[in-house]
Amino acid sequence: MRNYLNIIVAYSIMMLLIILVGIFQSWSIALTIFNYCMISAVMTLGANIQWGYAGLINFGIMGYTALGGLAVVLVSVAPVPEAWSVGGVNMMTCLGIIIIMILSTRYILKNIQKSKKRNYLIAGIIIVGLILIKIIAGPAIEEIEAVDPAKTGFLGGLGLPVLFSWIVGGLFAAGLALIVGKVALGLRADYLAIATLLIAEIVVSIIKHEDWLARGVKNVIGLKRPAPYEIDLQTSPWFINLVEKFHSAKLDLANSLSERQDILNQLVIDASSVYVKLCFAGMFLVVVIILLIITQKALYSPWGRMMRAIRDNEEAASAMGKNVVKQHLFIFILGSAIVGIAGAMMVTNDGLFTPGSYRPMRYTFVIWVMVIVGGTGNNFGAILGGFVVWFLWVEAAPIALFFINLFTAHLPETNEIKVHLINSAPYFRFLLVGIGLLLIMRFRPQGIIPEKVIKQ
Amino acid sequence: MDLINAVIVLLNYTIIPALTYGSQLALGAIFVTLIYGILRFANFATGDMMSFGTMFAVLLTYYFQSIGISFGFLPTALLTIPFAIFMMILYMLLIDQTVFKYYRIKKSPPVQLAMVSVGVMFVTQAVIRIIIGPTDRRFLDGEKFILKATEFKEVTGLAEGLTIKSTQMITIVVTIIVVAIMFWFLNKTKTGTSMRAYSDNEDLALLSGIDPKKVVLITWIIAGILATIGGILYGLDKSYRPFVYFNNMLPIFAAAIVGGIGNPYGAFFGGYVIAFAEIFLTYAYKRFLVYILPESLEPNSLMQLLSTDYKFAISFSILVIVLIFRPSGIFEGKRI
Repeated sequence: MRNYLNIIVAYSIMMLLIILVGIFQSWSIALTIFNYCMISAVMTLGANIQWGYAGLINFGIMGYTALGGLAVVLVSVAPVPEAWSVGGVNMMTCLGIIIIMILSTRYILKNIQKSKKRNYLIAGIIIVGLILIKIIAGPAIEEIEAVDPAKTGFLGGLGLPVLFSWIVGGLFAAGLALIVGKVALGLRADYLAIATLLIAEIVVSIIKHEDWLARGVKNVIGLKRPAPYEIDLQTSPWFINLVEKFHSAKLDLANSLSERQDILNQLVIDASSVYVKLCFAGMFLVVVIILLIITQKALYSPWGRMMRAIRDNEEAASAMGKNVVKQHLFIFILGSAIVGIAGAMMVTNDGLFTPGSYRPMRYTFVIWVMVIVGGTGNNFGAILGGFVVWFLWVEAAPIALFFINLFTAHLPETNEIKVHLINSAPYFRFLLVGIGLLLIMRFRPQGIIPEKVIKQ
Repeated sequence: MDLINAVIVLLNYTIIPALTYGSQLALGAIFVTLIYGILRFANFATGDMMSFGTMFAVLLTYYFQSIGISFGFLPTALLTIPFAIFMMILYMLLIDQTVFKYYRIKKSPPVQLAMVSVGVMFVTQAVIRIIIGPTDRRFLDGEKFILKATEFKEVTGLAEGLTIKSTQMITIVVTIIVVAIMFWFLNKTKTGTSMRAYSDNEDLALLSGIDPKKVVLITWIIAGILATIGGILYGLDKSYRPFVYFNNMLPIFAAAIVGGIGNPYGAFFGGYVIAFAEIFLTYAYKRFLVYILPESLEPNSLMQLLSTDYKFAISFSILVIVLIFRPSGIFEGKRI
């Protein structure tokens, strides 16, 4: 019990902070923060597996998150039959060409000795393939994007239930991680960081500019939801009855019937949004708990010990007969898949897919701050990091405003410095997160909840 | 005649812009490479440090304009360079003393220093946005063009015009001067030699009596000069916007690694490799081909290899290819 005391205290403080937001701002805001905290926690769990267990630095979190989001669109949106009929065949042919290209390259790599001839063959395959794709896909893409461009203009998805996309998001991310891992994992730590960051940028720029795939920067809105819609709730009698029961004391204070009705309407509207967010919170909580149990079990299994051995001394582990390259690739895929799931969860929560919003600041560096602040190598720490940093990220502006007002209280309202500072309150989040990271790195490099090594 | 026209088209739309953009990248890449070679970490605050220096140039330009100081037909921003560099170096030394020094003395692994530089990136970004805000700012004044398309057409009688913006000329000239002085300093002076020695082998350099504090100090000073000038040139040519500067960090990293990180010559060259690749692969060659091909072969499409949306993706792909086939860069990396 004593071992877990600091964890319990840290989590209680965090919960208290969110409850305080609920009391002082509103429950809807508190739940939004809580949901995002949980999504962040899943991302940090993924990054923590890579960095904390294996010491692999992955600055490409943004790319995997975006792929997870793409999965939601491709799985849950209804297919667009017109687009399929004008361009479907061509696009499928291109997919076939890509598969043939990959297979033939693999075949050549396996069966022909390393030589100039092999390099020319591979280069030839790639160039011919790209030209073919350009010729076949070019007109098809134009036709697909011309199908009702204001609403669709893309191939659409499969029309399956949205929850299914969380798994698909994980698979997409795992697939990308397999490619990236094969290419980049041999690099030194800081090169790996830069390479993954840039590959993630390439992925996002493809998603942004290939409109036939997911409408690009035109965004996909109104995605399916695994939770009820607010509008439906507000008209269903059982929900109104529930709200009535819940707030009966407050409603009894009303003077007249019409006033009572007004209050009830307002309460139903508020409650419906809270209810939807609670549904999401429940689902996310299930995901976080499942992942936490799995990762915890893995960490203290022989496999987890092996990973830490590889992290702490690669040469020694390799001398003991562990396949370092293979294990690195495996853990890289595993961690990225979890990040992909988080990406899908986030888009499901938002109900819209906006490729333009994927920026390295928010989706790579902030996640890394979470991992470092929370505690590398400790899953409870990683989750806590997600909560703490996301909370700071969201609440930094109100906190900054409070302090600005406090320190400039003696200045008149029209004072230029005061106005300027109040206008720049949103940017204090960068300052807060940056200073937080620097302080933690300096004075508690192992994070809030440090890694626990169980002695056998 | 058609051939000359074709050459002018290429010059106008690809070569001159690529030289300009390449110079801006090259300055940034040398900055990255110096920090990597001597202080031994990948500095993720690169873009924001460049932005920080440029911010002072923008503010001072506004101030100079308000009190009526101008630089004739040249942009006022050029006058502000010394002041901006001074502020930039002060800021860098402050950051070094408060943040980086601790890890350097502790001999932390490079990854930890890179993570610390992420923290510096956040703080710098916050400071910039709090001081100047995130909006787009233009601070170019003075003569806009050295050579206008219409004038060129009149003088030469060609169908195609050649435009040279003054910022393009300034960028290329200033870059050549700065880089020449820097290479002279690194190769010919005693301090420069000691820096190269420190970069090659720290222990040996310390043994032979090189003062590490001095080396670090000089490195930050040169870095400050390069970052500020690179940032100002980019801002003059395009415009000043903090977010764009942060994004520019990525092609700059690509340039530094493609050239061979730790090697300033490589970084200088890498900047141009990235810039030329980006522009040559996204340029629509139709107009060029119309001039050199016989009429029967004239293309119908734009003859563009990749849409300009993929500009950044190209430089990153080059980087990935280089990393796979020649991880030490085109020039051998890790040498100053």
